[in-house]
Amino acid sequence: MAHTLAEKILLNHSDVGDLSPGDIVSIRVDLVLANDVSGPVAFTALEKMGAETVFDPARVVMVADHFMPAKDIRSAELQKRLREWSHEHGVHFFDQGRGGIEHAVLIEEGFILPGMVITGGDSHTCTYGALGAFGTGLGSTDIAGCLALGEFWQGVPGTILVEVSGTKGPFVSGKDIILAVLSQLGVAGGTDKVLEFVGPGAEALSIDDRRAVANMAVEAGAETGIFPADRITAEYLDGRTDRTWSALRSDPDATYARRLRIDLEALGPLVAKPPSPGDVAPVDDVVGRRIDQVYIGNCANGTITDLRQAAMVLRDQMVHPGTRAIIVPSSQRVYRQALEEGLLDVFIDAGAVVSTPTCGACFGGHMGILAPGESAVATTNRNFTGRMGSDRADVYLASAWVAAAAAVTGEITNPADVMGEGPT
Amino acid sequence: MIIEGAAVVIEIDDVNTDVLYPGPFLNIDDPEVMKLHLFEGLDPSLRDKLGGRTVLVVGENFGGGSSREHVPLAMKAWGIEAVVGRSFARIFFRNCINLGLPAIVCGEAVAAAALGSNIRIEAEQGKVEVDGCSFDTPVLPSFVIDMIRGGGLVDYVRRRLAERSQNEQ
Repeated sequence: MAHTLAEKILLNHSDVGDLSPGDIVSIRVDLVLANDVSGPVAFTALEKMGAETVFDPARVVMVADHFMPAKDIRSAELQKRLREWSHEHGVHFFDQGRGGIEHAVLIEEGFILPGMVITGGDSHTCTYGALGAFGTGLGSTDIAGCLALGEFWQGVPGTILVEVSGTKGPFVSGKDIILAVLSQLGVAGGTDKVLEFVGPGAEALSIDDRRAVANMAVEAGAETGIFPADRITAEYLDGRTDRTWSALRSDPDATYARRLRIDLEALGPLVAKPPSPGDVAPVDDVVGRRIDQVYIGNCANGTITDLRQAAMVLRDQMVHPGTRAIIVPSSQRVYRQALEEGLLDVFIDAGAVVSTPTCGACFGGHMGILAPGESAVATTNRNFTGRMGSDRADVYLASAWVAAAAAVTGEITNPADVMGEGPT
Repeated sequence: MIIEGAAVVIEIDDVNTDVLYPGPFLNIDDPEVMKLHLFEGLDPSLRDKLGGRTVLVVGENFGGGSSREHVPLAMKAWGIEAVVGRSFARIFFRNCINLGLPAIVCGEAVAAAALGSNIRIEAEQGKVEVDGCSFDTPVLPSFVIDMIRGGGLVDYVRRRLAERSQNEQ
């Protein structure tokens, strides 16, 4: 029977002879992830399950990233519990100053290979589809089950094929591609589905752009978003891991639940308007909207690519006097690289705050909370009511290009109006 | 498995877990404290309607966004018996099932329900009654029914671990 890429990965991790969308199957997991928010809740469930050990400590990663560095006593207690539990069970643990944002760390440090199944106590575990893996977000009790058994129950999802054609123009990035997908699917159109990104336009994307795309698959309600592994994937993994992997692809006659087309030739910078990631418009529709804060970071768009784009816009410029800018490298590795490339100098000279890698204000935790009546442009993935602070604050989601341009002008701006023709 | 309770209705579609349980309260890991912040970003006064035997009635794509289990944990801590909706986001649905909290899709029941309506659910039969008026809904897969009836994933894993250790002996 013909299968999609996601079906093949799930079949490889199950004991069933065959599977099709809608089946409920038990899936073996290659890697289990949790953080300072989802981990402690999972540990309590694990204790109730009566499990004294985890299925395989080498396949478990804990990352302190959400309220890191601890913002108050409660979050310090959660991180203490994460730290002690990790040491007790001998699992991989990235503490403060050692890793960064979980999905950046796992990708950059070579934990993720094509064809793997990764479950994470964080909805943006779908980011691993950038490397051709099946990464999917679960709640804490699910994670406890994964820790105990090394497997989880899963309804086999159908696949929505996203065919990307053409070449992207200046100031167009992975963020704009996924926002274009969200404008077609809405916030529920991917429910019980996987998004698979194919075609010349997808194949030409860097891993950082693929990360931005896969990261927001869950914003369409999808289980994950996935790029078939290819030469660009192999180049990215070279030097990060010496483990072997093979590139799977969907069968030519596989059945898809739906097909979407994205033409990069027709794609310009987009924004998602508050309070929904699915309310997408061209940046030109909202230019002039006054912006109090710009936030460049998070698990989707805090990569070195994003920081380079932001630095190109901010070089020899000042952040607008009416606006605050926060730059959050997504990992210690990216932080160091930005330092070595002189990008941090650009940000500091411009009057931006450069933060340690953290989930921070993206989820309204700390490190840049919005006041009532304020508006922000953020390279993050959610702009729900109250997401970054006050429930009377507005968040526009956009690429680092658009975010940095807003930092310079103090209002939503087409980056071409700041940069001219600009780099491609 | 028969579940019965009085309806508390959230009529909006696409209600995400951020408004159901905002990020600043994610530094709490005790469900008895979590419950004090349920619905905080949506309508805190909804909490005043909880405490008795309650069935939450919701719209399309309920529970999207973050995987935070704090939402169904807080619902359980309030004694919510089940959630009946037009449709659910995937991770929220899983979390409910794993906690033994039935999440039932039945659009007709949602349309018929108002605050205080008596909701009666027969999950195995695929029936939802609203004030005595019965609606059919697709029967949940037997795996999901068994998971709920068995008390959720904690008890499921406990049984699996016991089976494994028996096989090893």
